[in-house]
Amino acid sequence: MNERLTTESLETGATPASERRRLNLLWLLVPFAVLGLAIAWLYWANPLSSFNNGAPPVENLTVERTILDQAGLRLLVRAGGSEPMSVAQVQVDAAYWEFTQDPPGLINRGATAWIIVPFPWVLGEAHAVTFVTSTGATFGHEIPVAIATPVVTSGNLVSQAVLGAFVGILPVVVGLMFYPALRGAGPATMNFLLAMTIGLLGFLLVDTIEDAMEFAGESAAIFQGPAMVVLAAAASFLLLMGVSRREGRPTGLALATYIAIGIGLHNLGEGLAIGAAFAAGAAGLGTFLVMGFTLHNITEGIGIAAPILKVRPSLWTFAGLALVAGGPAVIGMWIGSLAYAPHWSALALAVGAGAILQVVIEVGLYLMRSDGRGSSALLSPPVLAGLAAGVGFMYLTAMLVKI
Amino acid sequence: MRHWLSFDPSRRGFLGAGLLAAGGAVLTAKNAAGQSGHGAGHQATPAAGATGYPDHRAAHGAMITIGDVDSERNGFDPTAMLTDWDTGTLSTMPDGRRLRTFEVTAEDKEIEIAPGVMFPAWTYNGRVPGPALRAVEGERLRIVFKNNASHPHSMHFHGIHAARMDGIPGAGLINPGEEFVYEFDAKPFGCHLYHCHALPLARHIHKGMYGLFVIDPDPTRHPDQADVARSRLLGAPENAEWQEMAMVMNAFDTTFDGENEFYACNTIAHCYAKKPIKVIRNRPVRIYLVNVTEFDPINSFHLHANFFDYFDQGTTLTPTLKTVDLIVQCQAQRGILEFSFKEHETGLYMFHAHQSEFTELGWMGMFDVVEAVS
Repeated sequence: MNERLTTESLETGATPASERRRLNLLWLLVPFAVLGLAIAWLYWANPLSSFNNGAPPVENLTVERTILDQAGLRLLVRAGGSEPMSVAQVQVDAAYWEFTQDPPGLINRGATAWIIVPFPWVLGEAHAVTFVTSTGATFGHEIPVAIATPVVTSGNLVSQAVLGAFVGILPVVVGLMFYPALRGAGPATMNFLLAMTIGLLGFLLVDTIEDAMEFAGESAAIFQGPAMVVLAAAASFLLLMGVSRREGRPTGLALATYIAIGIGLHNLGEGLAIGAAFAAGAAGLGTFLVMGFTLHNITEGIGIAAPILKVRPSLWTFAGLALVAGGPAVIGMWIGSLAYAPHWSALALAVGAGAILQVVIEVGLYLMRSDGRGSSALLSPPVLAGLAAGVGFMYLTAMLVKI
Repeated sequence: MRHWLSFDPSRRGFLGAGLLAAGGAVLTAKNAAGQSGHGAGHQATPAAGATGYPDHRAAHGAMITIGDVDSERNGFDPTAMLTDWDTGTLSTMPDGRRLRTFEVTAEDKEIEIAPGVMFPAWTYNGRVPGPALRAVEGERLRIVFKNNASHPHSMHFHGIHAARMDGIPGAGLINPGEEFVYEFDAKPFGCHLYHCHALPLARHIHKGMYGLFVIDPDPTRHPDQADVARSRLLGAPENAEWQEMAMVMNAFDTTFDGENEFYACNTIAHCYAKKPIKVIRNRPVRIYLVNVTEFDPINSFHLHANFFDYFDQGTTLTPTLKTVDLIVQCQAQRGILEFSFKEHETGLYMFHAHQSEFTELGWMGMFDVVEAVS
């Protein structure tokens, strides 16, 4: 098709405008051509050879997944060296063990390979894995508590779903159940509740960014964890802002839905963290801890209910909101328990952070608008009290589960 | 949230602290692990035999380095090294004394110390350990030492010699491109060593600059124990029945952090585990053993299912320790081990350092006791 168009335009004789366009296109090629030539020269003439001081190549190795099962250990490693690198030997607890690598051979920069070690690990104890590369460099990986990595069985999925529902869905449902009691709220109470929502969301924002950064720190250098978190959060924030503003400023049910989405993404992160803790053997989740999580998340339901106090949604809408906000905890727990790589968790949490920021801003704007006083409403006593109550409640309930 | 779950060993108590029904996943995982924790270890041995792995696999299962070292690229083979004595060249001096001349060259060389792991070594004659020099008590020794390496080096002999022959800075330590001739009498007889004495000492030793230096007793000087002396004299008929081996216990710190990543006997981790040393059952065994391990205070040698006599530093013809199955050596300590499998069944007999850590990081081997070498 393109060819035909070109020949046609040639036959009819180029107009000055299309000629200019073609010239512009030609100019566009120049920088690319220069770049191509520079790269070609770098490879063929090797002008950097004088910098070759005999130092060994820089190597980096990150363990992204650790799976313990009846056959031993399986570790997914990602290479991040300046050149393709090889895992020559593997130590477990300062002893060399036979291993197989899949795929075998050199691991290219940014590529991954499974290292499979038939090691008789001991339940509940710690093990240290050390990878020795061909240059003799070593990279350590700690298994703080060895437990079998949960496998996808219907039993496991169900019990994790129950736990996820307990920390994710139940508190949102309980929070939403305050709806009938709050319906008669006056303007001051309304402001208080909205401000409390902003406060709790602010707490979640800080918590989510902190978690995202921590996962980012564990991920391979090639992903540039912190930059990835900031960019993903900004992108999700702008995307959600853009989507939500297509039909004017969100109010009522729309705003409640966006709050539910933001909280849902945060709960996905929580689920990932709990699931990952299971996989890493760190989750000795006692009743006390689970109750702490549940209490901690109850305000989330109240927050979702706040913007819809003036409308009368159907019961199904409430169910939907509860699922959107709490359901991702279950999904997160499923994914996290399968020991997925930290950069995925960092990405999911960053997207959640952006979503939370979006609802913080939207709820704030909604508060100012519905109050009618504009930004001065933000400093009114009910609002300040609500903010303090939201942050304070989250902080204090976090103490229940902080160990 | 993640902080609440990050691991704290004291948290392990929570496992028993009343799990919710919802936490059933934990229980499921625990049960599965309870079975596999033993399964993985105990299945290894029968599986190894059934799948036709070499016999040595039966002894250590999967706990071993993987692959083989390219001896051709290294230019030295640990099995050949056991019996590769450098006896130099013999000549007669004007006064009728025997003069033995060795030629040793220092050079930088990248060697493969474990399968797939390269180490930038400093070597004598391109091998680690350096050549196992062997002379006879009373001879005049002349060691022509050339430094073709990138750093100053020397040969410091554990023996009796003049101060100017000591191989320390100012006495035989030479710069790259230089040459020095060490000259002294071969005494006392025994199992000795030489090593580079350039500074920093630890770096020069750890990089590979060491070797055995054995002086055989002259039977004429020990009429009371002439038979024993003759059995130690390389080339004597009485020596021929002995199965003599040169073993240097060494280690490599590939990350240069002051801790060794690999331990070995004669450099290559697990070399004699993968390729057991053939020993003929009814002939006696004599091992010239030296420890040059850097960074760890001691090393040791333990023989399975057998006992040996030990001659500390080899300077006596009667054992300094009788009937032991374990000796320890500090760095530069050495000695001679004598034993026999005459009363034993044929089969694989293990030997290793009895610091489990060293064993599991490569210093482990096997004697394959056979009726006759096929």
